[in-house]
Order: sequence, then C-alpha cells, then structure tokens
Amino acid sequence: MQRIGDAPLVRRLLITAAVLLSGLFLLLPLVAIFAQAFSQGVSVFWSNVSDYYTLHAIGLTLMIALLTIPVCLVFGVALAWLVTRFDFPGRRLLQTLIDIPFAVSPVVAGLIYLLLYGRNGWIGGWLDSYDIQLMFAWPGILMVTIFVTCPFVARELIPLMQAQGSREEEAAVTLGASGWTTFRRVTLPNIRWALLYGIILTNARAVGEFGAVSVVSGAIRGQTNTLPLHLEQLYQDYNAVGAFACAALLALIALLTLAAKAGLEWRAARREAFA
Amino acid sequence: MSIRLDNIAKHFGNTQALEPISLDINEGELVGLLGPSGSGKTTLLRIIAGLENADRTAQPGKILFGERDVTHVHVRDRRIGFVFQNYALFRHMSVYDNVAFGLTVLSRKHRPSSGEIRARVYRLLEMVKLESFANRYPAQLSGGQQQRVSLARALAVEPEVLLLDEPFGALDAKVRQELRRWLRHLHDELNFTSVFVTHDQEEALELSDRVVVMSNGRIEQIDTPDALYRSPANRFVFEFLGDVNHLEGKVNNAVLTCGDAHLHVDLPDGHEELLLRPHEVRLTQAPTAESHLPVTITAISPVGAEVRVELEADWLAQPWLATVRHTDFEHLELQRGQRLYAHPRHWRRFPESVSKAPEQRHVA
Repeated sequence: MQRIGDAPLVRRLLITAAVLLSGLFLLLPLVAIFAQAFSQGVSVFWSNVSDYYTLHAIGLTLMIALLTIPVCLVFGVALAWLVTRFDFPGRRLLQTLIDIPFAVSPVVAGLIYLLLYGRNGWIGGWLDSYDIQLMFAWPGILMVTIFVTCPFVARELIPLMQAQGSREEEAAVTLGASGWTTFRRVTLPNIRWALLYGIILTNARAVGEFGAVSVVSGAIRGQTNTLPLHLEQLYQDYNAVGAFACAALLALIALLTLAAKAGLEWRAARREAFA
Repeated sequence: MSIRLDNIAKHFGNTQALEPISLDINEGELVGLLGPSGSGKTTLLRIIAGLENADRTAQPGKILFGERDVTHVHVRDRRIGFVFQNYALFRHMSVYDNVAFGLTVLSRKHRPSSGEIRARVYRLLEMVKLESFANRYPAQLSGGQQQRVSLARALAVEPEVLLLDEPFGALDAKVRQELRRWLRHLHDELNFTSVFVTHDQEEALELSDRVVVMSNGRIEQIDTPDALYRSPANRFVFEFLGDVNHLEGKVNNAVLTCGDAHLHVDLPDGHEELLLRPHEVRLTQAPTAESHLPVTITAISPVGAEVRVELEADWLAQPWLATVRHTDFEHLELQRGQRLYAHPRHWRRFPESVSKAPEQRHVA
C-alpha cells in the first residue's frame, strides 16, 4: 500500500523544489550580504563598521531594543494574565485588539504617531508648549518600536497559559501562597520558555524595524539614525560596502536570534521527551 | 472542625448554578456531594474552599468553620486542604517540593526550620507510600501516585477541613477502589472534616458518612448511605442511585395493564408508574395469578456476583434489567431469545406531588 506522496517521482520533485527555492530566496541572499560586506577585505569592512555614525546607529538601535524589551515583557505578561485568568465583558475584543500592530502596516503606525505626537499633532502640540519633543527624537523611535513589537510576548503566552489553565495557581493559593509568591514560584516557571521565546522575537523585530521608525525618526545622522535607517542612507550614498557591512551586522543579529530560538525549541523538545 | 453553610447561592451569568443552600457538616465527618454533571456540586465545594464567591444577595449567605465566620475570608487564609480533580501538581517541581510548598510559603515567623520541613515532608511521603519518589517529577508518576502526592501536599499544612473535587475520577477502577479505602482509613486516623465531590454513586455510598444528593443546583436529599438507598426522598434520588426499571400503565379494578402485560396492584384507578430495581425482578417460566409480564431475554452478562439479564417486550418502552444469582441462573437455564415471565418482588412509586412520601409495596 502506498500513502499519499509516496511515489518516488513526486517525492523527489517536491524535495528539489523546496531545496531550490530556499537556496535561491533564503541562503543565496544571506551569503551575498556577507560576500559584499567583505568584498574589499576585512579592514574596509572594519573601518565601515567602526565609523562614528555607524557606531552611533548601533548604539541607538541596541538602546531602543533594550528599552523596548522590558516594556513589552511587562505589558505582555499582564495582558496574557488578564485574558487567560479572568472572564470579563470585552475579553474577546481585547484579544483581537492585541493583533492590531500585526495587522497595521508599520508605516501607517508611524504616521499615526506623527499625527498624534508631532509638533502640530493633537498631543504633540500640547507637549511642545512644555518643550517636550517626542517625534524626530529617540523617544518617538522607542514609542513606535514598542507599538510594533508589543503583541509578541502576549501572543506567545496566551495559548500556553490557556492550555495550562489556572489549577496550579489555585492550588498554590489554597496552600497559603500570596499573589506574588504564586506568580514567582508557579506561574513564571511554567511560562518561562514561552516568555524567553517572546523576548527573542521582540528583540529581533525591535532591532530590524524600518517602516515605522523611518517615519518618526527624521533619520538625523549621529542623532536619530537606527541601524536599518543608516544602512539605507549608506546605500543611497552609493557606499555599497558600508551598506552591506551594516546589513551583515543585522543579518548576524538575526542569525544569533534564530540560533537562540532553535536552541530553546530543542531544549523544550528534550524536556518534553524527558517528561 | 464543623462546617455550616447558610443560604449559599451562586449564579454564573443568567444560569443559577446553586439555589440557596443550607448545609451542616459535623466535625470529623466524611461527606460526599453526589450528583450528575451540572448539578452544582463542584461549585458548592469551591465556594466552601473560597475559590468561588457566593452571590451577594439581599440576604447574603454565610459560611462558618466551627465558630469562625469565613464568608469573606480569602482562600489562602481559610486553612483548608484542596485536592483537585486533575491533581494540579506543580509540574516543574519535584514531588518533595510539591509537598513542601505549603510550608515554604509560610511567613518567616510561622515557617518551620528547613530540617523540620524536611522531616514533615518525608513523614507525609511515607504516609502516602511515596518516600522513594521524592525526587521524581509529576509527569513521571502514574495517576494514582500523582493523586497521592496531591493529597500529601494538601495535608502538609495540617488543614482542619479537607476538600476533594472528584478525587478518583480519572483513575482506573482498581486503583480507585484502593485509594478510596486508603482515604477512608486516613480520614479516620487523622480526624479532619472532609467533603468530596463525585458523580459515582457507588463511590459516594461506599466512602461517605453522609451523602448529599444534588441536582440542578438543589439538594435533593441528605442522608446516610443506608437510609438513602432504602428510603430515597424522591424519584430523582431513586433513579440516580442505581439502575431502575419502569412499568407504566393504567390501573383498573386493582389491575395495572400495559399492552398484553398486567399486574395485580393495590392502587386506586388511574395512570401509574412503578419503579423497581434490577434485583427486585424475579424470572419464571410461567405467569402467576398476580402478574403476567411476558419478556424476552436479549442479553446476558455474568458480571461479578450476579448475572445481568436484559429483557425486552412489546409493552416496554425501555428494556428492563434483572440481576439473577448464579445458582438461579443455572437452575433456570437462561438463554438469549428465551421467553419468560417477570415478577416484581417489590416496587415503589413516586406520585407527582412532591411533599408526599414515596410509597413502597412488597409483592407476596
């Protein structure tokens, strides 16, 4: 008896197509990035990377990511807790609202923030009278980055916490544990892998975000230029090696992220097999 | 510690999960809450625990543990032990840490020293016969072992009230039997007050000092297992406590007629429904002057101490079940497809009027 897709011809065709496509669309560009970045030798690559403006862009990008992660972490955990542990009117609506940042184009998100918080915007005008500037400065970049990345942690946690249910927490409370103890000793250990996974995704997106940031940052070199924006500017200035050096850095971060994610998944699978 | 519930009601949205209920449970008693799913028994248990709040109506209900009013006391301060249906063990903690949890979360002032905790945990593990499993994780244990860990965990904080939600529901018959006996033993030894929820009438009757039978958010009857079985308060209780055969027909001149079947009964004329248990059905080769109930055997299953015989007839809407002793079974040489006559040894009727006590008759 043959199962569907068992015919050798079909199998080989499918495998070839998969290998070919992933090679062409995924692997080759990745190799090209590094090839281009190092096309004029390591020293040129290095001088591009250690350029003041590039270093500043790297610093700003990392700072934004570092600030985004804790905000998204707290927001995501609180939201997942709310949605999975309580029943209230509008719960389903809230669950749908979480996805808005995924559904909306980042550029649109950037524009909305500009409209609201820009100097001529509704809230921005009022803030301006107190000399507070959000747009075309790092706080604006942080705001849109948080907007774009905030669903990741909650999205990871909600299905897991729904599946796990609240029985263990109830058990902890009947045994006399306080709310914080219950969270720290029962809830957190049960969701830690999903949490870490959510952080990895949040970080990847925060570092790589282009659309929303490009609208609100103003891309002032050495001031509000993040790494993806800097890359684009270098490319517009016909500095291909510089652009690809930045691209290589971003790709490297992406690869590290993927490696961390794969590592976590492998661990989770091992834990499952062990349990 | 005694438990007193006074006028406790609960609704979820538009559904009334519990009608106002009052219940007294004596110190040291082992009480079973028995009912079909949706009868409100688990809700009642969770309200006693404090995991659910009773409705705040015009006359709010009260919950007393002994003299102490715990109506507004948080779960964590009620000092109860709660055993969950699916154990709810902390999956990332070892058996030891699970049992120790209730002791380690005590405030520093009340917390025993680590040596004392250790001694107590091992004493509990010994009691549930799991000393050698202290370093295992819940996923590495069988269902029965997990349930024992969950009991040990609940008992670690030395509760005066132990609440168990379908404690043996997910276990196979043999383990369930064993754990039941073991729980009964433990209860008698440690002398706490226990309330457990079950949908299994056998479990409730076997384990409880008293059984609270519930349906649709109401208490139908509270009695000892023996009294419950012998004198059910109403039709629901009678039907829920075991298999029931129905005989429905018109009574005319003290004879109940149903198709080509008839039975002599001492009842006034009118429509009647008689109920009888499988062991109250006698089978013979010939009809008698008292009864003429022709039936055909459709299935025979020799289970345990008795043989269960399924009977069908044109005049029956639902097949009857009769239990026959093995000796009688051999004597009668029963076979599938055989035609026989059924005779009620004893029957009951529950007239519609609720207040009226059920009537029972022995047939000569």
